[in-house]
Amino acid sequence: MVKVGVIGLQGDVSEHINAAKRTLENLGVSGEVIWLRKPEQLEDISAIIIPGGESTTISRLMVENGLLEPVRKLGEEGLPIMGTCAGLIMLSKEVIGATPEQRFLSLLDVRVNRNAYGRQVDSFEAPVRLAFSDEPFIGAFIRAPRIVELLSNRVRPIAWLGDRVVGVEQDNMMGLEFHPELTDDTRVHEYFLQKAI
Amino acid sequence: MGKLDIIEAKGTERLKRGFAKMVKGGVIMDVTNAEQARIAEEAGAVSVMALHRVPADIRKAGGVARMAPIEKIQEIMDAVTIPVMAKVRIGHVAEARILEALGVDMIDESEVLTPSDPYFHIDKREFKVPFVCGDRNLGEAVRRIWEGAAMIRTKGEAGTGNIVEAVRHVRLLNDNIALLQRMTDEQVYGVAEKFAEPYLRLAFEVREISGLPKQVLESEPVYGHYTYREIVEGLYKVLLEIKKLGRLPVVNFAAGGVATPADAALMMQMGMDGVFVGSGIFKSSNPPKMARAIVEAVNHWDEPDVLAEISKDIGEPMHGQEIEQLEVRLEERGV
Repeated sequence: MVKVGVIGLQGDVSEHINAAKRTLENLGVSGEVIWLRKPEQLEDISAIIIPGGESTTISRLMVENGLLEPVRKLGEEGLPIMGTCAGLIMLSKEVIGATPEQRFLSLLDVRVNRNAYGRQVDSFEAPVRLAFSDEPFIGAFIRAPRIVELLSNRVRPIAWLGDRVVGVEQDNMMGLEFHPELTDDTRVHEYFLQKAI
Repeated sequence: MGKLDIIEAKGTERLKRGFAKMVKGGVIMDVTNAEQARIAEEAGAVSVMALHRVPADIRKAGGVARMAPIEKIQEIMDAVTIPVMAKVRIGHVAEARILEALGVDMIDESEVLTPSDPYFHIDKREFKVPFVCGDRNLGEAVRRIWEGAAMIRTKGEAGTGNIVEAVRHVRLLNDNIALLQRMTDEQVYGVAEKFAEPYLRLAFEVREISGLPKQVLESEPVYGHYTYREIVEGLYKVLLEIKKLGRLPVVNFAAGGVATPADAALMMQMGMDGVFVGSGIFKSSNPPKMARAIVEAVNHWDEPDVLAEISKDIGEPMHGQEIEQLEVRLEERGV
């Protein structure tokens, strides 16, 4: 039985919970998906998803709720963690454009540029190519961060927009610039949750 | 392999409603300058609303309240990294186009400003920038969603520091959704016809002036290019989705009267996705503390012991006003 936790402090939490539930059903795996707000809930956790939202707020609340350090430790020990948009920022080693008070998990060997695509009027959707599927995926990029550099050869591209990398994987971790949870397509969640079962 | 063509779509419903989903569980704060915007960002606000004056001061000043000065909005956009929203007058398509060109992240078509159109709200589907609109009940919410609003907020009664009207609007909405779920689809269609009536006001007034009976042809456009029947069908679709979901199909925030961490927690307990705080922060005695406390209260809305801690030593909240003693009821603007 798997236990998936979506960091539920701020952002599109319910969308990720629904996507993860649908994914477990599709995979025929029994399990629960929880709204993860406190360190106590990390017990027996099989995978963590960090949703989209406002990275300054999520960062602040992860510190205040005592989640930042325990989640980092679990990530280092090999727990599967996926971050989308703000979640990617939270996972990244280096963040351009962060506010001075922002703290990060610093687990994923990438440099990202926060809000690099511009403001909401520049937000867009476009077909993304995935390493693990032949069909394109609808990528919704909403005030998205941009992966500007891969910092080690441990990190591997898994999603592209044209020829540019928009999603990566590093052992147990995945980081995406876009929001698979805003579509009905569960292929990305399936690929991620395979790591936990 | 040649470079792949990237087909991009902007301003889609997914992107507009998606933007609103990213502020869920958060606090959006009214700010009037760069310094306040930075205080809001440091306190953990998910977004700021750029204004010339906060609602409490708009009440005091009287006169016509318009879109904020562009240089003021720009100053705030330059000061913070979080999204910036700004208000336009109800129905003021030109103000909205200006804010869209400026690049604000979301437009609030707001009753807090003086309405510019006595008949209609903006057709928000025509814009790439997402809109949030106020509501007092299900009818107003459904009309705004059909017009393309990507997010709804209660109107409450802005600038009063009095939560009673926001509570009223949440109750009216939630109870109406519960009623909807007990209805047959035929009955829901009847509700859609009732909810479409405000779109007929202009057409009826024109007939009255012309000495004609209050009748509109099925083929006659009454709002933009939409006929009454097309509007009914559109509202019916939105209502069926609400019936199925048991909630609005867009993000729904509380606004208009939130003045304390307890007010914010109350709104979350009533099922809201987050809160707007207008005058409540910068009209309190210690804005940075009040801002942080309200952010934390939205996060810990269901933990009374934590709320008790959060509510300690936060200074005086804004001075409140009784609704009955108000000269102007902002919530009555724009149905």
